[in-house]
Amino acid sequence: MINVLFFGQLKEQLQTGQLSIELPVNDVKALKTALGQRGVLWQECLSGASTLVAINQTIGSDKSTINDGDEVAFFPPVTGG
Amino acid sequence: MQDIIDVQTDDFDQNALYNALRQDSASQGAIVTFSGLVRDFNQGHAIGGLFLEHYPAMTMHSLTNIVGQARQRWTLGKIIVIHRVGHLAQGDQIVFVGVTSAHRKDAFDGAQFIMDHLKTEAPFWKKETTECGPRWVEANPNDEKARAKWGNDD
Repeated sequence: MINVLFFGQLKEQLQTGQLSIELPVNDVKALKTALGQRGVLWQECLSGASTLVAINQTIGSDKSTINDGDEVAFFPPVTGG
Repeated sequence: MQDIIDVQTDDFDQNALYNALRQDSASQGAIVTFSGLVRDFNQGHAIGGLFLEHYPAMTMHSLTNIVGQARQRWTLGKIIVIHRVGHLAQGDQIVFVGVTSAHRKDAFDGAQFIMDHLKTEAPFWKKETTECGPRWVEANPNDEKARAKWGNDD
C-alpha cells in the first residue's frame, strides 16, 4: 500500500488530503498515471510543471522509485518564510 | 552544539531567542538574526492575514537538513530556526532565524543561506486573506534566484 498526500492548492483542487493506493506502481510516473484515472482534473493537477513530489519526505521526480509502504506527497512550490 | 529548530502555532519572543543565542557564547563575536513578518500588501492585494499550512512529517526533516548544510559551509556557533503555522494576522511574526559565529561574515552568510533555502525548500504554503477573498500565494521566482546563487555544491 502507498500512502499519498496532497498539500496547499492541490489539496483544495482535488478535495483530497490523503488516500491509499493498492495498485502495484513502481515509480512516480506510474503513480501519476494511476491517479489520473480519477479524471481530467487529477491529470491536470498532477502533470503541472510546477507540481512537486516528495517520496518519504524527500523531494523526488517522475523517475523516483516507489516501494510498498512509501509515503508520496504532491504539492505546489513552497511559499513559507 | 545543540540547534533549536521548531515549528509552532504560538508567537515567539525575539528577545528571549537573542538571549539564548548570546548565552554561554564567549567565543562568538557575532550574532545575526532575521525575523519575517506578515506584510499588509502582497502581489497587488491588501492582506488581512494569512493561513500557513505545512507538511509536518517533512518540515523538520527539511529544516534540519538546511541547518546541517549551513554548518558544513561556515563555522557557526548556535543556530535557532522558528517557523509559525496556522492563522496569522497582519504584522505578526512568521519566522525567526538566528546564527552566531566568531566573526560577522559567517554569521551573515549562514543566516541568509538558511532563509534562502527555507523559502524554496521547506514545505510551507501561505494562503492569504485579501479583499477579493482567500488565495494561495504564488512562489516568487526571485526566491529561487536567491537560492541558486549559493550554488549546487550544497
